Amino acid sequence: METYKLTVNGQPREVTVDPGTPLLWVLREELKMTGTKYGCGIAACGACTVHLGGVATRSCVVPVSLVGSRPVLTIEAMAEDPVGRAVQDAWVSHDVVQCGYCQSGQIMSAVVLLKSTPKPTDVNIEESMGGNLCRCGTYVRIREAIKAASQQLK
Amino acid sequence: MRASSLMLRGMSVILVACGAWSALTLAGAARQDASQKSKAGASTRAGGLAAWQQVYSVLTHPRCINCHTATNYPQQGDDRHRHFANVVRGPAGKGVPALQCVTCHQEANADSTGVPGAHNWYLAPLSMKWQDLNDKILSSAEVCRAITDRSKNNNLDGAGLLKHHEEEPLVLWAFQPSRRIDGGMRTLPPLTHEQFVEVTRQWVAAGTPCPQNP
Amino acid sequence: MRVALKTDNDLHLNRRSFLRVSAAAAGGLLVSLYLDLPAAAQEGNQAPPPKVYPPDAFVHVRPDGKIVIQVNRLEFGQGVHTSLPMILADEMDADWSQVIAELAPAADVYKDPVFGFQVVGGSGSIAHSFQQYRELGARTRAMLVAAAADQWKVGPDQCRTEASVVHGPGGKSAKYAELAEDAAKQPVPARVQLKDPSQFRLVGKRVRRLDSRPKCDGSLKFGLDLDLPGMKTAVVAHPPVFGGRVKSLDDKAARSVEGVREVFEIPLVKGTGVAVVADKFWTAKQARDRLKIEWDLSSVEHADSGQLSAKYKELARTPGNVAVNRGDQNAMDAIAAANRMVVEYEFPYLAHVPMEPLNTTIRFDGDRAEAWAGSQFQTFDQMAIAEVLGLKAEQVTFHTEMAGGGFGRRAVADSHVQREAAMIAKRLRGTPVKLVWTREDDVQGGYYRPMHVHRVEIGIGQDGMPAAWRHVIVGQSIIMSTPFAAMLVKNGVDESAVEGTADTHYNIPNFHVSAHHPTVNVPVLWWRSVGHTHNAFVMETLIDELATRAKADPIVYRRKLLKADAGKLHRALDLMDEKSAPWRTKLPKGHALGISCHQSFGTGVACAVDVSVEDKRPKIHRVTIALDPGIAVNPLTIESQFQAGVAFGVTQLMAKGAITLKDGRVEQRNFDGFTPPYIIDAPVAVDVHIVPNSEAPSGCGEPPVPVISPAVVNALAKLTGKRYRSLPLTAV
Repeated sequence: METYKLTVNGQPREVTVDPGTPLLWVLREELKMTGTKYGCGIAACGACTVHLGGVATRSCVVPVSLVGSRPVLTIEAMAEDPVGRAVQDAWVSHDVVQCGYCQSGQIMSAVVLLKSTPKPTDVNIEESMGGNLCRCGTYVRIREAIKAASQQLK
Repeated sequence: MRASSLMLRGMSVILVACGAWSALTLAGAARQDASQKSKAGASTRAGGLAAWQQVYSVLTHPRCINCHTATNYPQQGDDRHRHFANVVRGPAGKGVPALQCVTCHQEANADSTGVPGAHNWYLAPLSMKWQDLNDKILSSAEVCRAITDRSKNNNLDGAGLLKHHEEEPLVLWAFQPSRRIDGGMRTLPPLTHEQFVEVTRQWVAAGTPCPQNP
Repeated sequence: MRVALKTDNDLHLNRRSFLRVSAAAAGGLLVSLYLDLPAAAQEGNQAPPPKVYPPDAFVHVRPDGKIVIQVNRLEFGQGVHTSLPMILADEMDADWSQVIAELAPAADVYKDPVFGFQVVGGSGSIAHSFQQYRELGARTRAMLVAAAADQWKVGPDQCRTEASVVHGPGGKSAKYAELAEDAAKQPVPARVQLKDPSQFRLVGKRVRRLDSRPKCDGSLKFGLDLDLPGMKTAVVAHPPVFGGRVKSLDDKAARSVEGVREVFEIPLVKGTGVAVVADKFWTAKQARDRLKIEWDLSSVEHADSGQLSAKYKELARTPGNVAVNRGDQNAMDAIAAANRMVVEYEFPYLAHVPMEPLNTTIRFDGDRAEAWAGSQFQTFDQMAIAEVLGLKAEQVTFHTEMAGGGFGRRAVADSHVQREAAMIAKRLRGTPVKLVWTREDDVQGGYYRPMHVHRVEIGIGQDGMPAAWRHVIVGQSIIMSTPFAAMLVKNGVDESAVEGTADTHYNIPNFHVSAHHPTVNVPVLWWRSVGHTHNAFVMETLIDELATRAKADPIVYRRKLLKADAGKLHRALDLMDEKSAPWRTKLPKGHALGISCHQSFGTGVACAVDVSVEDKRPKIHRVTIALDPGIAVNPLTIESQFQAGVAFGVTQLMAKGAITLKDGRVEQRNFDGFTPPYIIDAPVAVDVHIVPNSEAPSGCGEPPVPVISPAVVNALAKLTGKRYRSLPLTAV
């Protein structure tokens, strides 16, 4: 067991866990923040996506011991971010979600895409969202919502 | 006729190599101890080519070649299959926004989750591709030509290549690749890092000769 | 959105102010008045006898004006959380902006009116509960109006309702919230007047989902997110071959992991496993990884995909149990060899892999228990938990959690996940335990869409239409070992294995369909659209081949071959024809058109796809899909279901879209080995068109799935000249 000082959604948090504990489970079980989801545990689906030092990161494979001082942002913080809010609003107005389980990760990825590429092309969308799995298959509406959010943010 | 001019050429290469070797031994006094045992072999083109074959055996091992692809994707695994989750090369070999290499690969191996890591994880540039577009590994001659071509290899000379093999974190990683998610250890290249550096040294000392035929 | 129920299982009725509390200790009694569908309702397609559902179990008008509506089945993406309340709210003339939907717990009153148990499946939610929810809404409205009319001393017919307000003569008005208490005292009318469809304000409109925002901001809790005081988390080590048993267990290393509470062997539905209980999931998983288990795998069959494939192909060459025998069985022999074709198809096991891994949380208190699960099968799951715990079903309060997908995986007749959880909860009496299946457990845990082989012999008439058809289907029966066998297995044929072929709407003469159902040691289950997944692929690719052979347009050919009374299919085909005409005749070079049509769960569907080959894979640029589902309650939900359902259907085509077994062991572990469609694999654009129809609503959840794979492959055939008889599509 080791103690780690993290910055999560702007707040200092301290946890004492086994160093190998993935950031995902630190968030979900130590900090009780369940918005970030467990879908596969091997970074194949993206449901666990957070922003680590501004980089979209798959928290299920990052042991807390490798987080360091990089700030963590989760889905719970996206409403406070202008791009995050625009993406969430577009998701709602375009009725993107079905079961919704993958959507935290989809939104976290979409926010990073739009922050770096405010006017993404279809190829940009396919490549950047290419590793986020949705079993319900909401991809068509995800594309539309990203474009709508991009318009909104112009 | 052809054979003899080849021989002449061969001999002049050896002469040059010997000269280069002498220069290196003067400059690299500190490394002499390690290279003592191979001195005799390194000073011949044949020795240099033999050393190169050893280097090639490491370069084409999955731990190295999986990131030296010709395509817009990396490979993974000993069977070198296409990396899962549709990760792509991106404009700088670092992936694309929201799906960069560092989206998963951190500064060190994640032993508890099976994801390999090292400083600045990214794909070798296309100039350093060691496979063709069908994921077929290029020949010894082709790879040797590529990595000695200074217009392709980031302008590295022999010393630069040696340093790259000695110090580059992603190269070092190949020799400590840690365990996979299923618990099994990733297979290691056929040489240790020390041996790899040593054969690189020999090859460089021989003037980085490349085989003529594939 | 979650109902925080107390342990008294009648409390969900008592806590509502709009509750009609009858004389005796009566919450339970009130509910029990409305129990039990007669068995007759379960047979065939007859309409069940009229039933009066108690509004108070479904609707709660709160003093603050909020209207809480209970949804009698799981929400797992299909949108019933919105569309069922829409129906009720429309008849009730409720203010939609004040409606809150909740997933009802397990209780008799929430049973599916047609199936007779609480379930979501068979694309039956709207189809079976449309009338029910309409009546509930109308009944509630009637009681509210009666309360107002009483107060104002006027007749109910002098009142009208709108947006949660009753308006009376002389400008009088009263809010539903104000009337609720009095309304509760009104008699529940047995007969109610339903709206004329022209009066619908919500039904038929594109109404946005109620659960979007919380699913976008991380606040919505799924079953896996549950956190209760004192809760422990458990994982189970399952045998590597189905039905295996623990021979020896060394748990020393596992127990040394800090935070591990218990390690013990548990019986499984088949075989035994080892449960690890810990404070946290990661701890439990680490400990499980350190278990040293020796398995006894000697007394169970080691299923092997290669061996099964050979065996199935052999079986397919002999007629099986007869499903359909129509016309003259000698007609085939009279057809010249040149006009006959024999083809063989092969389909692999498929995993559902819903995004939210399977989980169940249970707390056992000795004389009662409380369970939380995103279950498609509440009635069965509640009973199974009760059985394991030695309780009666009604002693188990079963909460329905929002689920991250299901596709059939959360509807299991043997309730195996719930049973595992109950076994563990039994041991940890008084402590809530959350059982989690990891993704690896899920991919390797069985309950797959079965493997199938089809062998089809077709005799082609002079007119290019099929003149004789002999079809043998081989595959495990999903239904035989379940309580549904009596209903769905006839003459040794599992209907769910032959649906899509046996019930074809094509007018095929001299039609013979039979099936073999080998017994294999691999648990199998219905996978979104079930038998249609493989049967539609076979039928729609064969029909396409026949059309090509006859040099006929694929739409024209289908129109000609379909039975005249296949109304929904004809209309869907016509609408698809109309909507795809502008683009399908102008495809760029390297693109090809694929057509298919299929009816399942009462809904006729037709689609046209624009496909090219990119990176050695099919790239689906566009899908135009038309459907006739009877009344379209929420066209927005339907559009979503169809846009996304075709993406789901592409699972069958994925290069790594197969579960295979070698010497009894599943070869795939996770999404890297069994890979469902990502965004690049799914169609880029899908336009959905609904045939206007005022017939009773039919299903929308499963019908988009069967049409996409054959349509894509029909397009590929034009590009590559190959016909694709084996899924998944490992090479194009």
